Amino acid sequence: MPEKKTFKITHNRNWCKNCGICVAVCPKKVYEIDRNDRHAIINPQDCIGCQMCVEHCPDFALTVEEVKNE
Amino acid sequence: MRPDFLRSERLPNIWCPGCGNGIVLHALLEAIDQLQLDPDKVVLVSGIGCSSRAPAYTAFDNVHTLHGRAIPVATGIKLANPDLTVIVVTGDGDGSAIGGNHLIHAARRDVDITVVVFNNYNYGMTGGQASPLTPSTSITTTTPNGNLDRPFDLVKLAAGAGATYAARSGIYFTRHLIDHLKKAITHDGFSLVDAVAQCPTYFGRFNKKGSAGQMVTSQKDWMVLKSVAEKRTPEELVGKIIIGEFVNIERRTPASAGAPKEQA
Amino acid sequence: MSEMRVLMQGNEAVAEGAIAAGVRFYAGYPITPSSEIAEIMAKRMPQVGGTFMQMEDEIASIMAIVGASMAGKKVLTATSGPGFSLMQEGLGYACMVEAPIVILDSMRYGPSTGMATKVSQMDLMQTRWGTHGDHWVIVLSPASVEESYQLTMRAVNLAEKYRNPVIVLSDETISHLREPIDTSIPKAVVDRRLPTEKAGYLPYKTDETLVPTIANVGTGFRTSFTGLVHGESGFQTANGHVAEALVERLRDKLFNNLDDIIQFETDRVEDADILFMSFGITARGVSEAVESLRSHGRKAGSLRFVTLFPFDDDRVRKAAGNARTIVVPELNSGQLVLLVKRVFGDSRKVVPMNKINGDLISPQEILSFIREENL
Repeated sequence: MPEKKTFKITHNRNWCKNCGICVAVCPKKVYEIDRNDRHAIINPQDCIGCQMCVEHCPDFALTVEEVKNE
Repeated sequence: MRPDFLRSERLPNIWCPGCGNGIVLHALLEAIDQLQLDPDKVVLVSGIGCSSRAPAYTAFDNVHTLHGRAIPVATGIKLANPDLTVIVVTGDGDGSAIGGNHLIHAARRDVDITVVVFNNYNYGMTGGQASPLTPSTSITTTTPNGNLDRPFDLVKLAAGAGATYAARSGIYFTRHLIDHLKKAITHDGFSLVDAVAQCPTYFGRFNKKGSAGQMVTSQKDWMVLKSVAEKRTPEELVGKIIIGEFVNIERRTPASAGAPKEQA
Repeated sequence: MSEMRVLMQGNEAVAEGAIAAGVRFYAGYPITPSSEIAEIMAKRMPQVGGTFMQMEDEIASIMAIVGASMAGKKVLTATSGPGFSLMQEGLGYACMVEAPIVILDSMRYGPSTGMATKVSQMDLMQTRWGTHGDHWVIVLSPASVEESYQLTMRAVNLAEKYRNPVIVLSDETISHLREPIDTSIPKAVVDRRLPTEKAGYLPYKTDETLVPTIANVGTGFRTSFTGLVHGESGFQTANGHVAEALVERLRDKLFNNLDDIIQFETDRVEDADILFMSFGITARGVSEAVESLRSHGRKAGSLRFVTLFPFDDDRVRKAAGNARTIVVPELNSGQLVLLVKRVFGDSRKVVPMNKINGDLISPQEILSFIREENL
């Protein structure tokens, strides 16, 4: 069985407006809008690198890159 | 998407939290990247409104014009330098109301530009008034009792006016949107993409469409792929928006346009 | 160079003058009495490797020439009052983004549709104040077919040099007049200055000329244009200091060069006790009236505004000599006279002479006016 891929999520706090679209489109519940109405990455280990959050972020605040373990 | 397509020093953008404009812009930049266009030869031209601010966040030549006037400026640029890829970024109000006349005439001329309509069903910049694309019965600040007018079907309007490429997509379906933007940009002739986006601040709030996230994901429920819609009955399509490619025909020369002989 | 006399119509002279100055993009919409310019350009542009576009309206016409200008072409559109009204927002945009454009306005009788085939000089103030906000334009006024050719060339050159809209303010009579003109006039052509260094490129940064060196789109400089207030970078700002500096510069880039821009034609001003101040077609009636008055021993003189705007009070005062009486004949209810009164206040007797029936002011009418008014 192939090893599970891991992904590095980069979140630009200065550009993010905490709108929650990433929360809505992520199939793996990687994100949440926390009690302070702030964007939070809560389950980064579950990320499957689908790029849904990246493509739907209106503020260009997210990138998701595969981590190459060599 | 190439990060250097963005002018990072201009970000964060001015749009409200959850605005769909950034998603369409992202898709447009991705399309330009995938097409490997020379960034020195891409010009984005916009009018006035929320969406029309998009070009200034890009690292291309960009021209923020007057309300409704992006298309004639784009026409002038394209004809002055046909080597350029000229893309108009416009909104539903900018492109179909005040700029509607220019839209149909550019389609009729089949001028080789691409018009991307960031369609959020209302005028966002001025506070959520009704546009020619606002659905009937919808609440806006100028239709407090529900919109009495019928909206344009922008794709049909463009097609009727002679556009040789017309497509519709939605911001939930980013890959679909990118694909159709790519086809539109590479199309030889006038092309239009009606990119349905969301305005959670005004249209969404007034019409109880939920959060920005809900507005994005709900497109799955009320948008139907053209290929699927063709197998559905009219009853099944009530309240649905069909997305896909509606026109994709060869550019017409005066001879191939089938003009009657006495006019040719 | 040998003289080449050619019989031309005023509108044709505008088209040929523009071509001689390097205009290679024309967009327009038919309107009497300027339509011949579009017709001629439709034929001539392809012959000289240029582009002609008939647009859907005058709004599209001015915006299309702004776009083509941004892409590096020398551009022209032509219209008349109603179309010029539609162009006003685009005119202000061209001022703001500093796109060199030339607009020919052939004045017909207004307001509204007025009398399409009758002459007037009713658009004078519209050329200066038609678009909203503080802005400055150059307005040139030909009084003959030959001058229509020369001033259209000059308009293109000034537009390029100062990166500013220039309006050639003609009228129905000159547009349709046929006169022999000399097309061998030296054709000095001015091109806009362009940036050379991409590093540190700021489109709206200026040197002592105050005229920016903005790159043409598509040349790799990646310029941002906007009608919003912008700083040197070209990007929008709501900073009041930047706004103030921008609007001041838009004025000063012209007002620092008034010697280059302003032209008057004067006739026997030095010893005149009665001076006519006029522009365009009206100056031709004045010219004959001055001859006639002189032949009867009256010290009459004439100042014709070849450049109408910028309007510089000091220069007008200096050019006006010592005439006690200044008569301002014009084909409107009194527009130029407002400026002349501003210059002279109560120091001279400034007398308006207006005709608003769609006909020209004849020399005889001027002479009768002088007699009747005891001037």
